[in-house]
Amino acid sequence: MAPLLTMHGIDKRFAGIPALRAAELVVEKGEVHALIGQNGAGKSTMIKILTGYYRKDAGEILFDGKPVEFSSPQEAQKAGISTIYQEINLVPYRSVTENICLGREKRRFGLLDWPAMHGEARALLARFNIAIDVRRPLMAYPTAVQQMVAIARAIGFDAKLVIMDEPTSSLDEREVQVLFDVIRQLKAAGVSVIFVSHKLDELYAVCDRVTIMRDGRTVQVAPMTSLSRLDLVTSMLGRELTQVLQAPHAADPSDADARTPVLQVRNLAAGRKVRDVSFEVRSGEIVGLAGLLGAGRTESVRAVYGADRPDSGTIAFAGRENAIAAPSDAIRAGMGFCSEDRKLEGIIPDMSVRENLTLALMPDLSRRGIVDETRSREIVDRFIKRLGIRCAGPEQRIRELSGGNQQKVLLARWLCMNPRLLILDEPTRGIDVGAKAEILSLIRELAGQGLGVLMISSELEEVVEAASRIFVLRDGHTAAELKGDAVTEQNVMAAMAHGNESLRETVHG
Amino acid sequence: MAETATTLPPAQRAPRLDMKTLLTRHGAWIALALLILVNLAITPNFATWQTLNVNLTQVCTIVIVGVGMTLVIATGGIDLSVGALMAIAGALAPLIFLGKLFPLPHPAVGIALAFTVPVLVTAALGWFNGWLVTRLRIQPIIATLVLFIAGRGIAQVFTNGNLQVFNLPSFQFIGLGRIAGIPFQAVLMVAIVAAAAWMLRRTVFGRQILAIGGNERAARLAGIPVTSVKQRVYLISGLLSGIAGLIVIARNSAADANLVGLGMELDAIAAVAVGGTLLTGGRATVLGTLVGALIIQLVRYTLLANGVPDAAALVAKAVIIVLAVWLQRQSHR
Amino acid sequence: MNTTSLKIFQGIGRYGVLLALLALIVFGWLRYENFLGAFNVLSVLRYNSMFALVALGMCFVIITGGIDLSVGSTAALGSVVAALLSPYGVLPGLLGGLAAGLAVGACNAFIITRLSILPFIATLATMLAASGCALLLAENQSVSVSYESGFTELGQGDLLGFPIPAWIVLLAYLAGSLILNLTSFGRTVLAIGGNEDAARLMGLPANRVKALVYLASGGLAGLAGVILAAQFGAGQPIEGVGWELFAIAAVVVGGTLLTGGVGSVGSTLAGVLLLGLIFNILNFENGLGWISLSAYWQSVIRGAFLLLVVAIQARLSMRTEEAA
Repeated sequence: MAPLLTMHGIDKRFAGIPALRAAELVVEKGEVHALIGQNGAGKSTMIKILTGYYRKDAGEILFDGKPVEFSSPQEAQKAGISTIYQEINLVPYRSVTENICLGREKRRFGLLDWPAMHGEARALLARFNIAIDVRRPLMAYPTAVQQMVAIARAIGFDAKLVIMDEPTSSLDEREVQVLFDVIRQLKAAGVSVIFVSHKLDELYAVCDRVTIMRDGRTVQVAPMTSLSRLDLVTSMLGRELTQVLQAPHAADPSDADARTPVLQVRNLAAGRKVRDVSFEVRSGEIVGLAGLLGAGRTESVRAVYGADRPDSGTIAFAGRENAIAAPSDAIRAGMGFCSEDRKLEGIIPDMSVRENLTLALMPDLSRRGIVDETRSREIVDRFIKRLGIRCAGPEQRIRELSGGNQQKVLLARWLCMNPRLLILDEPTRGIDVGAKAEILSLIRELAGQGLGVLMISSELEEVVEAASRIFVLRDGHTAAELKGDAVTEQNVMAAMAHGNESLRETVHG
Repeated sequence: MAETATTLPPAQRAPRLDMKTLLTRHGAWIALALLILVNLAITPNFATWQTLNVNLTQVCTIVIVGVGMTLVIATGGIDLSVGALMAIAGALAPLIFLGKLFPLPHPAVGIALAFTVPVLVTAALGWFNGWLVTRLRIQPIIATLVLFIAGRGIAQVFTNGNLQVFNLPSFQFIGLGRIAGIPFQAVLMVAIVAAAAWMLRRTVFGRQILAIGGNERAARLAGIPVTSVKQRVYLISGLLSGIAGLIVIARNSAADANLVGLGMELDAIAAVAVGGTLLTGGRATVLGTLVGALIIQLVRYTLLANGVPDAAALVAKAVIIVLAVWLQRQSHR
Repeated sequence: MNTTSLKIFQGIGRYGVLLALLALIVFGWLRYENFLGAFNVLSVLRYNSMFALVALGMCFVIITGGIDLSVGSTAALGSVVAALLSPYGVLPGLLGGLAAGLAVGACNAFIITRLSILPFIATLATMLAASGCALLLAENQSVSVSYESGFTELGQGDLLGFPIPAWIVLLAYLAGSLILNLTSFGRTVLAIGGNEDAARLMGLPANRVKALVYLASGGLAGLAGVILAAQFGAGQPIEGVGWELFAIAAVVVGGTLLTGGVGSVGSTLAGVLLLGLIFNILNFENGLGWISLSAYWQSVIRGAFLLLVVAIQARLSMRTEEAA
């Protein structure tokens, strides 16, 4: 049987820099095909060429036996390729129905048939066990529902091929299972799926075959079952897995207990998501803040940092209570904060690496409002070397850097301030495995030098590896504090799921 | 000279400076140079003091207002109220030095107040724009639309729509005076451009403006006082509009609230756009705004001097704006 | 997001302007004799019909997240072309003005969708160009229309006791409302404004819809120009200055978000009438003789009114955000 999709010898350059070099991708009918690779390996470019968002420079694409070259996502959709993008790409102000049905509306007498469209939207969502009022604007619903709406939209097109680019990044465990059921339904119906994910567990759970990309090339195609995890990762990185991931804990917890806390948060309440949160961070330790999506982790640290206003509770930082009303106060007091959304809240894309790096330091770098360029250059050079930031030079625009290197610049933005506490919200999100390891080991090294680190990560493995103490949040409450030997994935999960009581059982029972 | 104030000197980025990058990056300068050359060739009496002065005075107020506009646009905003603020300053000054608002102890006091009060008033109104934008979080285009509509009305109400004619050389120095043969307004313009360009490149305030335009949320989280920076920027725009208003009435020896600064917001925005400032914010060049205004003015002058009607010059202006912005987009890709 | 506050926000956005309009009408009715008399009502409708047409186009443009600054000079161009063609009959004048408007709209569509230039700048340029063309065609003076052909009926005539321009507006708004709510084109307009990238990735023909929206805005402005010429008996190359901003104000007062994605045709009409009535009431107030406010006050009051509306909107949306 001929494959559903063959992409052969695909080349693509952006401003002269090759992004894809003779890349290959073959998807059979009715298979779930994993497409993996580090950031910048060319997965997204490959997908966007397939869906007509970009134009290829060379190569050929056969879809359903015919050569094709789509000039827009719309054409691809008409030919039977539906795509779910990594960031949720829907229209928040419009109703759920519109978000699902736009582009293939039902009509009666030439005008839109709203009742029929609402019915269809409801039916599609029912496949995900979701029953909501489809007339309300999409923004009225939580992220997970929005993600499901995106998936429902893609499936509703009766596609022959559904592309899912990291569809699980905002779903919880249970929702992921529902998604997998739907993928299996699709497969049973003869629909092919291209599944892009960084989470290896998911690949093994649902995929049949895998295509691994590296540096714009296809390096390996194999049945999922024939590859071990180590094979996958090695093949992706193209070198033996760095050992950093297995390095021992940097700080000795018993030692940390003796130190005074840098940050003490008591009964914090802020907005609707943070009800009663307490935690503390001592200097020289890495504290993890764990919890499911929507547990109030990001909201808590934003309140600590002064980015949002707390409703009640005390935040004591460096010995002063509730002295922080704005990020600038927090920075002056010695805090740094890397937001979870690097693009939206971290980098200033059009500015250079140097300007981005010294953004928070600027007031200290200036005399009477005039920036001291010489000193700024010295500092930037030092941090580029120290953190191993790979860039053409300090004057390169930050948007041209890879995700991992952008993140390093943002870390350096705070490190050059000599902070006492660094808050990292998902510091390794969207960063490839190699850079991830580098960043984690850097964080460890810094904690070893006396910096307090508060880290949020959705990857349990990562938090458990890095942190010597973990506070688990659940529905806006601190559900548990784990330290020492109690810091294990099982315990964290138990606390996330059941809160305090069950934890006592697992720890003491 | 790399006049874009945000980042990289181009040399470090691409070793080969081909024709296209040259055109897109320095297109405004090249266009200006070409225009001058063409005029030297075809326009009679082009290389004279007279011509220079005519063109400079035509362009002065646009540039002065354009500098404020550049800063506002650099933060990702826009200021539609500049023309109306010019009208307010233009209406206030004669009321003051003619003693219609309050009795004057001495004419000199009147002149001093006529220079300061209108400018302070427009600066305050500019700050009010900034307040609407930051505190009420109204989009800049709407927030400044309020004063665009109401501002000229206020000026007209002040003067009851009447033309105020005057002859007061000491006040009119700002529009008619000369320093070493160069019109004072041109000197003032150059000084303002230089100060603003330096400020944007070298000071914390300049960096903060560009950071806010580049990514406001990131700037806020990096501790930049977004609210106060924006308010100051709108204040500066208001202040410069006030100065421009004074220049216009001094030049005309008359203040007409119906006409002073009419359409100025669009002229200034056009100069900013042609000059190469990114309209979405984050990248700005004050020098470019000067060049942009000069290009627009020179094209108009060239056409008029060669017998093309003024209306056709409007069409040419439109083409320049589209062409310039389109070229910049090519380079920004 | 909190359901009730969202509903309140949307409710006020949708009905607030209607309530304000109603309040203003009741105020005028109670205070002035003849305020609701046939003459006053019809002349308000007649005079504001041009603004209503321009605002309708602007409403669609703003919903897509764009802006059209060229409508004022497009109307001027339309009035000149219509006046020049009026000797040949009603239809040539009407179609000529419309075609002139569509031509400017097509330029906008091309510059915005093909050259990817921001609507603000693109339409600023075409505003200058249209104004230049109008002046060139009219040779820098107003062009009187032919009174023999009956062209002026388009602006001054009545049909079934109702001004013809008001009929045109009524039809245009009915069509506009139908298109926005009951066609996929209309829903795509809303989706583009809500999130253009998303709409594109959803496979919606974003560029084509945007192009059509600017084309429509140009056409409506041209039509407004025809009415302008017919009403004043002359093509006016320098008329239309500031119309674009008046139209934007009307659309915003009508509760359409300038960020796009939310909007309503009906409340745009209410916004136009609201701003128009301010002038009308000012006239009546002066007629009472208690105070004597010059016509200049109307722009001050309009500005203050706009400020009031946007301040309330801002407050409400802030509250909605906080509830989220």
